Amino acid sequence: MNAIKTTRRVAMGLVAAAAATFATGATAGGHGIDLTGKTVEWVIPFSETGGSAKWANFYAPLLSEALPGQPTVVVKFMPGAGSTKGANWFQEQTYEDTQGTLIFGSSGSTQFPYLLGDPRVRYEYNDWNVVLASGTGGVAYLPPDLAAKMDGLDASGLRDTDFIYGSQGATRLDLVPLLAWEMLGLNVEPVFGIKGRGDGRLMFERGEANIDYQTSSSYLKGVTPLVEDGSAVPMMSWGALDADGNIVRDPTFPDMPTFKEVCEATDGCETSGDQWEAWKAFFVAGFPAQKMVFLPAGASNDAIVSYTKAFEEVKARADFAEISAKRLGKYPQMTGDEAAAALASATQVPDSAKAFVVNWLQERYGVSLN
Amino acid sequence: MDLLAVAGPALGDAATLILQPIVLAYLVGGVVMGLCIGVFPGLGGIAGLSLLLPFMFGMDPILGLALMIGMVAVVPTSDTFASVLMGIPGSSASQATVLDGFPLAKKGEAARALSAAFASSLFGGLVGAAFLTLFILVARPIVLEFRTPELLMITLFGLSMVGILAGRVAIKGLVAAGLGMMIGTIGEGDSAGELRMATYDIPYLIDGLKLVIVGLGIFAIPEIVALLRQDRAISDRAPLGGGWSTGVRDWFRNRWLSVRCSIIGVIVGVIPGLGGSVVDWIAYGHTVQTTPDKAKFGSGEIRGVIGPESSNNAKEGGGLVPTLLFGIPGSGSMAIFIGAIALLGSGQIEVGPSMIKNNLDVTYAIVWLLALANVVGTVICIAASGGIARLTTIPFALLAPFLFMIIAFAAFQSGQDIMDLVALFAIGLLGILMRRFDWSRPAFLIGFVLSNPAETYANQAVQIARSRFRKGFEEGIDYVFSPIVIVLVVITVISVIVGLRQAKTIMAEGAVQSGAKRAPMIFLLAILAYLLVAFTNASLIPDYAAADRVFPRFVSGVAIVGALILVVQMMLRPESHPLFADREAGNSENNKHGLWSTLAWFAGLLVLTALAGFIIALTLFLFLFIWRRAGRSPVFAALYTTAGLAFMCAMAWLLNRDFPAGLLQEAVKLPWPLG
Repeated sequence: MNAIKTTRRVAMGLVAAAAATFATGATAGGHGIDLTGKTVEWVIPFSETGGSAKWANFYAPLLSEALPGQPTVVVKFMPGAGSTKGANWFQEQTYEDTQGTLIFGSSGSTQFPYLLGDPRVRYEYNDWNVVLASGTGGVAYLPPDLAAKMDGLDASGLRDTDFIYGSQGATRLDLVPLLAWEMLGLNVEPVFGIKGRGDGRLMFERGEANIDYQTSSSYLKGVTPLVEDGSAVPMMSWGALDADGNIVRDPTFPDMPTFKEVCEATDGCETSGDQWEAWKAFFVAGFPAQKMVFLPAGASNDAIVSYTKAFEEVKARADFAEISAKRLGKYPQMTGDEAAAALASATQVPDSAKAFVVNWLQERYGVSLN
Repeated sequence: MDLLAVAGPALGDAATLILQPIVLAYLVGGVVMGLCIGVFPGLGGIAGLSLLLPFMFGMDPILGLALMIGMVAVVPTSDTFASVLMGIPGSSASQATVLDGFPLAKKGEAARALSAAFASSLFGGLVGAAFLTLFILVARPIVLEFRTPELLMITLFGLSMVGILAGRVAIKGLVAAGLGMMIGTIGEGDSAGELRMATYDIPYLIDGLKLVIVGLGIFAIPEIVALLRQDRAISDRAPLGGGWSTGVRDWFRNRWLSVRCSIIGVIVGVIPGLGGSVVDWIAYGHTVQTTPDKAKFGSGEIRGVIGPESSNNAKEGGGLVPTLLFGIPGSGSMAIFIGAIALLGSGQIEVGPSMIKNNLDVTYAIVWLLALANVVGTVICIAASGGIARLTTIPFALLAPFLFMIIAFAAFQSGQDIMDLVALFAIGLLGILMRRFDWSRPAFLIGFVLSNPAETYANQAVQIARSRFRKGFEEGIDYVFSPIVIVLVVITVISVIVGLRQAKTIMAEGAVQSGAKRAPMIFLLAILAYLLVAFTNASLIPDYAAADRVFPRFVSGVAIVGALILVVQMMLRPESHPLFADREAGNSENNKHGLWSTLAWFAGLLVLTALAGFIIALTLFLFLFIWRRAGRSPVFAALYTTAGLAFMCAMAWLLNRDFPAGLLQEAVKLPWPLG
């Protein structure tokens, strides 16, 4: 595993992180680029409904203020084929043609097909230039009657239950929860064909699904009210990474046990070996650096520096901690070297982990990735 | 019911919140923008809200809401113009309005159709707002009652409308719906990700065809081509005729129909996932079923306008329920609405379960804004309609290139791919042939729209039910046959029986002469061939992905049986039978131009676009068409072309959209809008 220095400052909070990166961040390079009077297009390879749209819509106006020359920043949606269409398109764009007026926002759903060798993937992360990486987390939750079957952190009491889970597809981010539940020995049957995690939550609320997970921001918004009125109980978070690449409690949910803790307490679940390494590799690829902003292939150093600085300026805003915690959750927003390290950890999984998951998908769900 | 105690003061707070001049000004601004967007075919709430999105960040929440609600609420009011005056669905919510509204315009009764439609829209919008007021208090448990089996039954109920719209030969309608469903399954399956009638070599097909393209192709293109071939104005009578008051009186006489259809609109709108594109069909089907004299449907029955128009505005009120209460968008435009709300102010409003608890006053402000926007929108529509309706007296040869320009642009926006235009052309050709041989295009479109929900809900319901049955027989039965499901089953069965019995008297698209045997037979065999290929293709999906195989195989199987019955019937029946309906027979439509020469113009536009990009192709197309085909002077053609291009560029610039690029653009870097 690559040791990741991405989330070192998580515990210190975002303001400290922002200040620190501002001081140490990219200062190399020349004078930056001037975008006065230009329009920057931020291409999001998803529809207007998803988490990536929220994330880009949050950043776009702030970025517009911070970029040299205050260009207009517009978010452009290019959905299709689970984001591979937009990413393939971006791969064909060059910096030469766009001169800093084009950036691309990728997500975990763009990373997973790339890692798994999906035949539709014609893009190459190594060609692109990362200027921002945003992390997130995830929380699994249960109905109260089933949550009561857990003995503290021990989940083995849940093994005689037939679980139904509304899923977007086993090769997507849902791979992480599905594999985690399987490691705990739970019998979870995914019901495929839902269009977004919001539909999965609704299925849970209707009592059709009896286990679910949401990414942090949707959990805070959609599930916290359910927890308050007693119709849902959090089971575990996926956790977050510390400076040495260890899984620790998620700073947004410090009171919630992580999957690692639950796994350790549950008989038959191992936090070592191929299965665990595979899970961890895909968790790292999917969550701590879930969403990233790229400049296209061949971007000049000036452009990279300008964008990096702009994002650092955004992070340094006095109100950033407040407005971002509400909209994005308390997660690291990484620039410069940190972003590059995050990119590396998100787009490289050990061959053994990849082989394990490919094989598991084939055996368990009949998904062939060739 | 402490909510009730809170609701009273909140309603009052909401009223004071919106009754400020500045808020009302923003509302009117939104309404005007919504009306402009709605007038253009293919552009609806999604395009309009996307346009507003960049301005929402940090805006005073109530002002932003006024702007957005104003826009969303009136799109289904103004899209009536395109449906009635040009026979093109202005947006997906007024597809059914075309069936009777357009014939009325052709008869010179456009004013009557429009005023009845506006009255219905206004009424529907108000009913939607009123229901929303009550629903917000009680909706949560009701929406949660709609689990997957119920959603599946609603979908099947929507499909049962095919029965009533099938036309004179019921089996033809069934096959048309089957074909629509099969076209809807093209692409990656939702359950296991297997490809149906697609390959990774043609990435465009993996996502399937978009509703915008299929709707425009199946309805708009055939109508435009038909009118163009006849080479006259849409209406050869006085522009609108009188009849404004007649239309309002028509609506008043049918007020109970309007009430029922509004309620249908609200209910369908409330159910997330079904989307608004079916609501007008369900309302239309209901209208036909409850009308004693069905002979006039399809040739200008005013009730056929009142029904769908009452439902499509009411839908917006209903659609806000899941949006506000669950944070789950019921339609594409609601999805953007959610995104935009998050941008307002400093993010203090959050849609979702906490909305009612924390922002009840804002919630009710949305309701009031919705009602008010409908009133303002209707008034403006009536005031502006004289001018807009004059479009119907323009020779169609002058209108058509402009319409093609807009349609091509709208289609391209759905996928931003040159393949969008190819697909539009292909579906357009299918639509032209279906129209010619009197295959039910509404049935096809319903099949297409409901294909995905029918498949997904069926798969999910089966999977969940299986798990319940494993736990116990009783639990399984309880899940599958809930009271709501039973009621829906009964309604669906009645609807099918009544529909089939009455379908023969309804000529949804007017009477069609029968012609020779050969052409209809060839078309049928072509459809059969496609179905057989699709069946084989689905059968090849391996066992582990069976969930993606069952539905297309079942549907194509049924459609193949239907098509085979038709083949046998065609061999046995004489040429005068309605089976052999053919609009080309005996030149019954007084065509002045051939089909293929007319189509060649648009094929030319397509090929040129692929070579030189949209704007250059459009320049040549507009100029040559007006000069050669419409027979105007080159000067006139040049002016027309300039105006058309200016309009197109202004629109694309406002919406921040690109134009299709061709081979030229790949070779040379050109400035916008050429590149």
